[in-house]
Amino acid sequence: MSLLPNIEFAPIRTMAAKEFRDRVRSRWVLAVAIVFAIFAMAIAYFGAAQQGAIGFRGLAYTIASLVSLVIYLIPLIALMLGFDAIVGERERGSLDLLLSMPITRSELLLGKFLGLAAALALPTLGGFGLVGGMIAWQGGWNALFHYGGFIFSTLLLGLAFLSIAVLISVLAKDRTRASGTAIAAWFFLVLIYDLLLLGALVATGGETGGETGAALFPVLLLLNPADVYRLLNIFSLEEVKTIYGLATVFPDSLANPALLGGVMTAWIVVPLGVAAWRFNKA
Amino acid sequence: MNASAIEVCAVTKDFAALRAVDGVDLAVDAGELFGLIGHNGAGKSTLFRMMLGLIAPSAGEIRVLGQSVHGDGFRDVRRKVGYLPENVVFYDNLTGIETLRFFARMKGADETECSGLLERVGLAAAAGRPVGQYSKGMRQRLGFAQALLGKPALLFLDEPTTGLDPEAIHEFYQAVQNLRAEGVTIILSSHILSEIQERVSRLAILRSGRLQATGSVHELREKMDLPLSMVLLLAEGAPLADIQRDLVAAGAEALQSDDTELKFSCARKSKMSVLAAVAALRETVRDVHVREPSLEDVYLGYTA
Repeated sequence: MSLLPNIEFAPIRTMAAKEFRDRVRSRWVLAVAIVFAIFAMAIAYFGAAQQGAIGFRGLAYTIASLVSLVIYLIPLIALMLGFDAIVGERERGSLDLLLSMPITRSELLLGKFLGLAAALALPTLGGFGLVGGMIAWQGGWNALFHYGGFIFSTLLLGLAFLSIAVLISVLAKDRTRASGTAIAAWFFLVLIYDLLLLGALVATGGETGGETGAALFPVLLLLNPADVYRLLNIFSLEEVKTIYGLATVFPDSLANPALLGGVMTAWIVVPLGVAAWRFNKA
Repeated sequence: MNASAIEVCAVTKDFAALRAVDGVDLAVDAGELFGLIGHNGAGKSTLFRMMLGLIAPSAGEIRVLGQSVHGDGFRDVRRKVGYLPENVVFYDNLTGIETLRFFARMKGADETECSGLLERVGLAAAAGRPVGQYSKGMRQRLGFAQALLGKPALLFLDEPTTGLDPEAIHEFYQAVQNLRAEGVTIILSSHILSEIQERVSRLAILRSGRLQATGSVHELREKMDLPLSMVLLLAEGAPLADIQRDLVAAGAEALQSDDTELKFSCARKSKMSVLAAVAALRETVRDVHVREPSLEDVYLGYTA
């Protein structure tokens, strides 16, 4: 039962379809879609109220506002969606039954991931897509293209955290520990990581870290999917670049969408790969 | 009927420092209804999981239906095997029929079997209800229907009657006997010894990972040479002292009596002489009950 040879797609598809149907049936997908749609609508329309105006104010600011919301929300939702993928089946007693089917452990894990990914992608596309129509109407096709990029990067962010959640789910002994670890991962990657980085940056006076310090900070930003997501979105928008302090230490040479996309893809593939490896060893 | 459905050869399983299964050799013939008994932690579940190919043995080899449960042929073996785990809980949001269709697809079985199977386990009326609304007994029935998907040649049933009421247990074993009549090999584990002793063709007793004994209940009783117990219901005015003297002469032991009953035990080798002595008592005895040692007695004898 090695990782890749003799892989069969039918059991993966069956597993994914069941997982997706289970989430749709529980109204989870609908609830998340509504939350996304309401937030996106509110931010697009009222986001500029602080500046004394309401109404659509321009794409860059809308996306920047959405990014600062999504960066908290999507990781949390993805972690909550995936943390019990395996440990939940184990606690329910159904994992042995699934594993007694003609399916390998890797296929089972991949099927679970794909089903959950679909359950996450549908409300993301649906909820934020609704606002896409408004943006195309107000801002034209170019705006829609940028907004499409925002949705795509949001999907990548969700999948990266889903992959981390599935890894937690494979490693955790029980559901309680899995949920605790998922929350801790969210706190660390979404809230604490940037604070630590900023603190270190301020403490070293930014430049005084010398050449190694200057080279190190951008790499450290790439080690966190939430930061990669932020970089992906702000570097496509000149007007909002300066809003983010950390972006100023990020060299343009690394702000290449292909590189950032590649790092994000690695954040999806690597945790899932480690999860499959550990799951196969169990 | 003589081909082995399951061959377990010198199988050992270690979990870190713990040896859960220790050098077990076991063969289950095709068409058998085989029982696996042992207390909690005896290694039953570990052995079950190894036979299903869920975990690999640390040493030794297991062949199921003539094939290795690992390696290239594993899908082929698993399509021919049905498994009912202990206390299985399904997915609350899926209905009974959806659950069954999901497992049919996973197994590569014919989905048109599903309705018939739900009918067979008495769940046809609840097919469209979410499993979250099912009682424990209904879930167990659904699990049994799931195990029968794809017409398996070999069934693994882990504590299959947990949570069932007596009537349902009776129905369950009737279904098991029907399957056996169809030629299905069945291996089941249970801690309710009295429940399986009437039903299995052979059984194995596991203790601390080691196989203590294998055989039919009858063979195990003989091997253990446990005493039988008898109860005589005495007629009014029966001469108790004379009766006791005659029975002890014939080999009866540990006599206990009150006005109406005389209880005693006897070794298997004295069974016939004691019965002859009882027959000679004629109308002083109203009735006689003979109790063979139960599987509990045999089990306790082996695990004590």
